[in-house]
Amino acid sequence: MSTETPQADTAKQVQVVSGITVRLAGDSGDGMQLLGTQLTNTSALAGNDVATFPDFPAEIRAPRGTRAGVSGFQVQFAAHEVHTPGDTLDALIAMNPAALVTNINDLRHGGLLIVNEDSFEDKDLKLAALATNPLEEPWVEKYRLAKVPMTKLTRKAVESLGLGVKETDRCRNFFAMGMVYWLYGRDMDATLRFIHAKFSKTPEVEEANVRALRAGWAFGETTELFGSSYQVEAASLPAGTYRNIMGNQAMAWGLMTAAHLSGKEMFYGSYPITPASDILHELCKYKNFGVCTVQAEDEIAAVCATIGAAYGGAMGVTTSSGPGIALKAEAMGLAVMIELPLLVIDVQRGGPSTGLPTKTEQADLLQLLFGRNGEAPVPVLAARSPGDCFATAVEAWRIATQFMIPVVILSDGYIANGSEPWAIPDVSKLEPIKISHPTEKNGEKFLPYARDNNLARPWAIPGTPGLMHRVGGLEKQDGTGNVSYDAANHEKMIHIRAQKVANVARVIPPQEVSGPSEGELLVLSWGGTYGACHTAVQTALSAGRSVAHCHLRHMNPFPSNLGQIIGNYDSVLIPELNLGQLRMLIRAKYLVDAIGYNRVQGKPFSVGELVEKINELTTETPKEQFQSRAG
Amino acid sequence: MSTALPVLTAGDFASDQDIRWCPGCGDYSILAQMKKMLPDLGLPLEQIVFISGIGCSSRFPYYMNTYGVHSIHGRAPAVATGLRVARPDLKVFVITGDGDSLSIGGNHFIHLLRRNVNLTLVLFNNRIYGLTKGQYSPTSPEGQVTKSTPMGAVDHPLNPLTIALGAEASFIARSVDSNIKHLAATLYRAAQHRGTSVVEVYQNCNVFNDGAFSYAQDKATRDETTLELEHGKPLIFGKNRDKGIRLNGLRPEVVDLTSGVSHDDLLFHDEKADSTLVHLLAKMRYPKFPEPIGVFRDIEIPVFEDEVRGQIDAAIAKRGKGDLNKLFNSGDTWQVG
Repeated sequence: MSTETPQADTAKQVQVVSGITVRLAGDSGDGMQLLGTQLTNTSALAGNDVATFPDFPAEIRAPRGTRAGVSGFQVQFAAHEVHTPGDTLDALIAMNPAALVTNINDLRHGGLLIVNEDSFEDKDLKLAALATNPLEEPWVEKYRLAKVPMTKLTRKAVESLGLGVKETDRCRNFFAMGMVYWLYGRDMDATLRFIHAKFSKTPEVEEANVRALRAGWAFGETTELFGSSYQVEAASLPAGTYRNIMGNQAMAWGLMTAAHLSGKEMFYGSYPITPASDILHELCKYKNFGVCTVQAEDEIAAVCATIGAAYGGAMGVTTSSGPGIALKAEAMGLAVMIELPLLVIDVQRGGPSTGLPTKTEQADLLQLLFGRNGEAPVPVLAARSPGDCFATAVEAWRIATQFMIPVVILSDGYIANGSEPWAIPDVSKLEPIKISHPTEKNGEKFLPYARDNNLARPWAIPGTPGLMHRVGGLEKQDGTGNVSYDAANHEKMIHIRAQKVANVARVIPPQEVSGPSEGELLVLSWGGTYGACHTAVQTALSAGRSVAHCHLRHMNPFPSNLGQIIGNYDSVLIPELNLGQLRMLIRAKYLVDAIGYNRVQGKPFSVGELVEKINELTTETPKEQFQSRAG
Repeated sequence: MSTALPVLTAGDFASDQDIRWCPGCGDYSILAQMKKMLPDLGLPLEQIVFISGIGCSSRFPYYMNTYGVHSIHGRAPAVATGLRVARPDLKVFVITGDGDSLSIGGNHFIHLLRRNVNLTLVLFNNRIYGLTKGQYSPTSPEGQVTKSTPMGAVDHPLNPLTIALGAEASFIARSVDSNIKHLAATLYRAAQHRGTSVVEVYQNCNVFNDGAFSYAQDKATRDETTLELEHGKPLIFGKNRDKGIRLNGLRPEVVDLTSGVSHDDLLFHDEKADSTLVHLLAKMRYPKFPEPIGVFRDIEIPVFEDEVRGQIDAAIAKRGKGDLNKLFNSGDTWQVG
């Protein structure tokens, strides 16, 4: 299938811009997520850097046309590196009044507002709880409004195919997509391929969607509503082969890669929970990679089954979100006690309790660090972007097996569902993960709790003659692993388990800082806020502020040079999507009066608010000693 | 064939740890019969794994010179499921109690059974919480006075075997701690079964619930109060084998074999029977009925880990062994530089 789209064909003026931020908003049944994903992939294929923010309600199908049912997908594509989906919108496509009123505040003045004119009838206004038609309000004049009768035009485009009204109207999102593609000079090929693959079983639906897409493109070309289209040149990313990747997908692929690098079969036990379930869905597809997935009866069974598999010598992985992690706590303590490698992945969402299932937050950090009975420390890593989930998963398994310990990975709803271009690694060039299982006794009797230099114990697995041993949750005698209630032994073992986690700091790379190595302010962040914090610091730096950025992957233990870094700045700002959890840790460990910037609104930081905070904490003209280093 | 395998004895299965159950506890007998039975399986020590939860019975793995995991309360079935799926070459036993399996671990118990994971679960039923020193359990009879029920338990007790049946367990059996020959034979049958085998063992807690099953344990009365099930044989009991069980519609009734009722009129035991019939047996309770012991059910149904691993094999056969580089470079990609 081919298309005659490209840019050169259009008769209208083309404006070259460095980047565009678009939000597509409609009913949760309107296919906005699909449209957004297609626009993202197409933009990535055009060589743009992209960052996305899908935002949808927890309800599968909230009542049609209501504000509660609005689903949105925001994407920024640019000719330069981007790390966030953008603060303010250049364009908003609103499929109904509810989508318009719930999103309009993010559209910049003078921005392009495209609405489906056909869905602004009285009944639609009523569903959106509006007394008057917003399109007739004076504030609409702040924007460039394009009223497009998308429903009518779509129906006209596909009418000869004889589909029902319902099927016909389902094609509306492809009409909107065609229009957006024309506006931004996007190639339709990838989407045509997608339509073919998805609807090949129903040729008339496939044809209808193709027609709607083309009709939308043609409409953009011919209508007087759009004065010009836009062109965003390819970004200059580091050389390599790229693909667009979502966070949960990157996590799944990272886990598969870790299994491959360590020569292990992955046993994945999980229980469905938003926003982690896509890792389960992804891994289920790859049984021919030897991935063994079990959907357990509950969160507890999921983690316990992975412990059983780990005892048997497999790579045990379980994933969840905050509420499920709470249920896994006791079993994680068992894994600490019996010292088996295991990965526990928390894709964080808004809490407490059921909280905001589809919204993002960073409020599980302390739960993962401390949410177990007794002294039960574990290493904790946090991924910073969709693509970074891959590398984080591989590193976590490396640590887990080197130290014989469960390791936690923190992701969040924002990076799990977000996507970005990902430089595809050559798996054969990645460093193998070495694991050995003893076959000989390490003493007169086998000592399952003997230690190596890292304080790791041997991973002896059932089936090995002569190494029969029992592990369990009761305190272990040092060396023998026998049950021991001895007071001094208990204290010794507590210290050993703590030291083992502390030893992880030996193998993690020194913490890096971007920006000047000393100055007025250090922005210290972790996890999914990387993009906003990085962009904010870069913005402030180019405005001459004395600020640097330090972004943590290793939440426990901290990199050994972190204290030293912190000491190089007059003050430390810790932006977090919680009430100050990392700040509490940093204050406690380094006795530094770190300042928090905390938001818990279920959405990522905007760059603007962080720049504002940085400006508040730095001087317009830095002290002389910092001047040469700023900018 | 396996001449290389050393012949093991019960003593080979004993670990070097001191056993810390109360003197007189029924657990000793179950441990002894297990150790006595295991050599008959012809497996080396390293192929066997005992997994337990929490409770007095769950200390069991520490006393076995095999591999073992003393896990957390109620979760042994989940741990064992993961192990079996990862390592289908191992022989796995789950040791659990009435509180561990039917209270805190009820969920895992039923899901283990509906999946039919290939392992043997031995449920030590003493109708009391022993390790926490004497609270009522989910199998304690109504009205039982314990530390936590000074005016008597008000909950209706669970019957482990009807729960197992409800979850469509493929092997269900019952035995009694003191009936050692029967116990060893029952454990052996269970270990031979492919799929999840559940063995409920009436176990006396002589400290907190002494005599809970005395009717079934006492040599003087047990022939009258229990009924040994035998596949294909009529249900007959009594010291003189003079009583039997006959079906009256869907209701079992005790009949006197000396008053002209012939064996052919009796209910014949069928381990392969429809679960409705097995349910009738599991519901027979002393003193109205003798309580059946032995194998209630032994059927063959697909085993979970066979199916899970079968899908992996099928996927590899169909699509070839996965190649990560190929996967990562599939679909829409683009070159920079």
